Amino acid sequence: MVEPYVNIMLAIILAPLLPGVINRTKAIFAGRRGQPLLQVYFDLWKLMQKGAVYSRTTTWLFRAGPVIGLSAILAAILLVPLGAAESAISFKGDLILFAYLFGIMRFFTVLAALDTGSAFEGMGASREVTFAALAEPALLMGLAALARQTNYLSLSHMLTGVSPAMWGAASPVLALVAASLFVVFLAENARIPVDDPNTHLELTMIHEVMVLDHGGPDFAFIVYAASLKLWALGAVLIGIAVPIRSGRLWIDVPAAVAGMLLLAVLVGIIESSMARLKLLRVPQLLLGATAFSILALVLVLR
Amino acid sequence: MVLELSALAVMVFGGLLALLTYKKPRLCTVFGAGGTVVGCLLGLIPAVKVLLGSQIKTLHVPWDIPYGSFFVQIDALSAFFLIPIFGLSAVAAIYGGEYLLHYRDTKRLGPPWFFYSLLTAGMAMVVMARNGVLFLIAWEIMSLASFFLVTFEDEEESVRQAGWTYLVATHLGTAFLIVFFILLGRQAGTLDFDRIGPVAPALTGILFLLAVVGFGTKAGFMPLHVWLPEAHPAAPSHVSAVMSGVMIKTGIYGLLRAIQLIGPPQQWWCWVLIGIGLSSGLLGVLFALAQNDLKRLLAYSSVENIGIITLGLGVGLLGINIGSPALAVLGFAGGLFHVLNHATFKSLLFLGAGAVLHGTGTRNIDHLGGLMKRMPWTGLTFLIGAIAISGLPPLNGFVSECLIYLGVFKGPIPTGVQGIIPLLSVIGGLALIGGLAAACFTKAFGMVFLGEPRTSAAAHAHEAGPAMRYSMLILAGGCIFLGFFSPMVIRAGIRVLGDLTHLSPLIVTTQIAGAQGILLRFVEVAAVFVGLATAIAVVRWRILARRPVTENGTWDCGYAKPTVRMQYTASSFAQPLVFLFRMFLRTQNHFSAPKGVFPQTASLHTDTPDTGQKYIYSPVFGAIETIVDRLRWLQHGRVQMYVLYIALALWILLIWKLW
Repeated sequence: MVEPYVNIMLAIILAPLLPGVINRTKAIFAGRRGQPLLQVYFDLWKLMQKGAVYSRTTTWLFRAGPVIGLSAILAAILLVPLGAAESAISFKGDLILFAYLFGIMRFFTVLAALDTGSAFEGMGASREVTFAALAEPALLMGLAALARQTNYLSLSHMLTGVSPAMWGAASPVLALVAASLFVVFLAENARIPVDDPNTHLELTMIHEVMVLDHGGPDFAFIVYAASLKLWALGAVLIGIAVPIRSGRLWIDVPAAVAGMLLLAVLVGIIESSMARLKLLRVPQLLLGATAFSILALVLVLR
Repeated sequence: MVLELSALAVMVFGGLLALLTYKKPRLCTVFGAGGTVVGCLLGLIPAVKVLLGSQIKTLHVPWDIPYGSFFVQIDALSAFFLIPIFGLSAVAAIYGGEYLLHYRDTKRLGPPWFFYSLLTAGMAMVVMARNGVLFLIAWEIMSLASFFLVTFEDEEESVRQAGWTYLVATHLGTAFLIVFFILLGRQAGTLDFDRIGPVAPALTGILFLLAVVGFGTKAGFMPLHVWLPEAHPAAPSHVSAVMSGVMIKTGIYGLLRAIQLIGPPQQWWCWVLIGIGLSSGLLGVLFALAQNDLKRLLAYSSVENIGIITLGLGVGLLGINIGSPALAVLGFAGGLFHVLNHATFKSLLFLGAGAVLHGTGTRNIDHLGGLMKRMPWTGLTFLIGAIAISGLPPLNGFVSECLIYLGVFKGPIPTGVQGIIPLLSVIGGLALIGGLAAACFTKAFGMVFLGEPRTSAAAHAHEAGPAMRYSMLILAGGCIFLGFFSPMVIRAGIRVLGDLTHLSPLIVTTQIAGAQGILLRFVEVAAVFVGLATAIAVVRWRILARRPVTENGTWDCGYAKPTVRMQYTASSFAQPLVFLFRMFLRTQNHFSAPKGVFPQTASLHTDTPDTGQKYIYSPVFGAIETIVDRLRWLQHGRVQMYVLYIALALWILLIWKLW
């Protein structure tokens, strides 16, 4: 059983590549040469070399936030399969834990933001909890539809169980779930059209502004955790959207990795071709995703 | 049974001694708190024994009151509810011992301790009573004792108002219960629960609705909840903890017992319960989010959690109705586990709010801030409670919500519209409630404990004393224990789940074993998570030990003179969600804009009054008042006329009888 280890190693090593691919895609669209593909790795290396400056207002919670966030997302990585490669830990109902691990990560990110007493970070925190609360039903109902469709209750069995045959038999359900989870993926990872990762000093920001006061190794944890979150939710999406299950690991896993990179390119294209939505519009987008999930569940249970 | 009744006697005796020794506050506290704690510990022994499988204890003594008998029993369901009643009341009594002493110069401490012991004994009696009359008497003792506790600070207008609201609401509920018991006992001619026997099928629906309204008023079902956000903040904090954590659960107990007495459930009952659970859960958490008073926020959050419990019970009932053991066992298990969990973390949070109130003198979230540095223990325990109540792993709140999820994910669902709707609403509802609860409690914790103090009262806050700290620590430990040891704890539910679902012990055990296996894996991942966090924390510490670490002001984007007033406030934190759900909340903004070239003052104040109170109860009670006003002329204070009324009434009755 090497699959889970391959799976985890790929996540740990390749996750920071995803933001790099997104940025490179955006640069190409903008006609720039752009930063190196491996820029996030360089950033992480640089940040780990630094010391830290803390606000006098903050308490131990500010220091605990990045640590807990990173460990929560690492625990989530253990639950998620990649293509046909099964996850390290899988059991009935682990999809609920998967969704709630993001919750604990967010809880501490928000508290660390509030700990600084800064109005900017309070604003970001407020928006984060708002959009997360609306994304939660879409995510859980989407996963529930998938669970009912595949008749499995663990993320690993559910996703590795998606096959071309299933796409043939139940394409509307899978397409709806994939669409819904794609919106959740964009919202949870603070991408356009929900949040703009580039404008961390405008009044439009959400995630970037919450981590404004973090620096040094703490910020490295945050950046790395964000990459892993991109990877974890991306792997769920790819599990549905790239149903290559030949039974040979050396075909299926590279196919899934290629899918992940394509997903990153897709995100880059979206970010190049559209603007961030008005904040008041974001709930509508998330409700749309919820509607897709509901529709998928109705189709499964019909 | 003897042990259980003597436990109650010890409690009440301690309360009486406290009443007599009111002149010596310390002695009075020792009697009041000590009697309750000793009584509770004694009472816990038989409850735990019965829950784990020892013989059911019964005592039946005839009584002169018509239809009444002193019939008490501890079966698994009673035992399950006795554990939080005794456990939480004991912890809250320890806390109250210190908390109430701060009032020793202005108040008599005898009465609150007497009523506290009476409240605890009353709650225990409610879940042990097996006769309708005895049950109603215990119910009244519990309600009246808590009324006198709510009005402890009766010199304040708002407290008196809250007390009246509570008194009226609880008696309206009791009125429904009286009708319920009369209808229930009419056929069998007895109110003893064991012989109350099968009810005419035509009556079952009405009885169910009577029970839902009667017990739902106590539990705080939306829209019967209006007394809850008034009364719970008004009471002294240890009493709020007991009322919110335990007393409202007697409503859930009553409903479960009533369903057992009425007979096999019909399918529409499940829809009613799921509907109530959903509306209470969602509206409860939304109103909680919009509140600026910390204790009021917690009170609304109790409505939310009662909603989650009811969702679980609805799912369980559906399981019984369609004959699915998975749905039945997991639904009830989730609901009941949430009873225990909510008792633990809600009491903890109310005790924390009490410590904040005591340390700063205010409950207004917008006047607090930065308390983590000034009250580190209260802060830590409040944080644990906030994580648990938001349903986040690895603490206990997650486990119970997860059991309900598992039920609907796993169990067979009746096909067609009536199958899809509950599945959708339970999954979507629980997910949304969870997300909103996280928003609500990041607000509650973040605004109160983090950032800079917003007023000088918050800046000069002081930590609570040892008794208050220890009781909060015990409950925080309880949240962690119930989370990490949930696979063991859930085994203790086999007997009570068997009673509720009427399934054979073997089936229940199989289902529970399945859930236990899943919970074990949860704990495994939780342990990995904690291990990872520890490892990363150590790495971070090792790295930073060799690097320069300095302190500075919060980054202010170049603005040179930041003040604490520039911080985000609780109202602004909740604003996006409050705006989004304005249809239900109807928050009022009182805004005076800055005017002119040199604006002087400007202010913004938000207020979210209870919609049910404002649009349903106030008009109805206003109308009743105008009607009753017309009859004022009857009430003139002349005693001879009153005697004449009585004589007239008797005369009319006599004629009626002779007719």
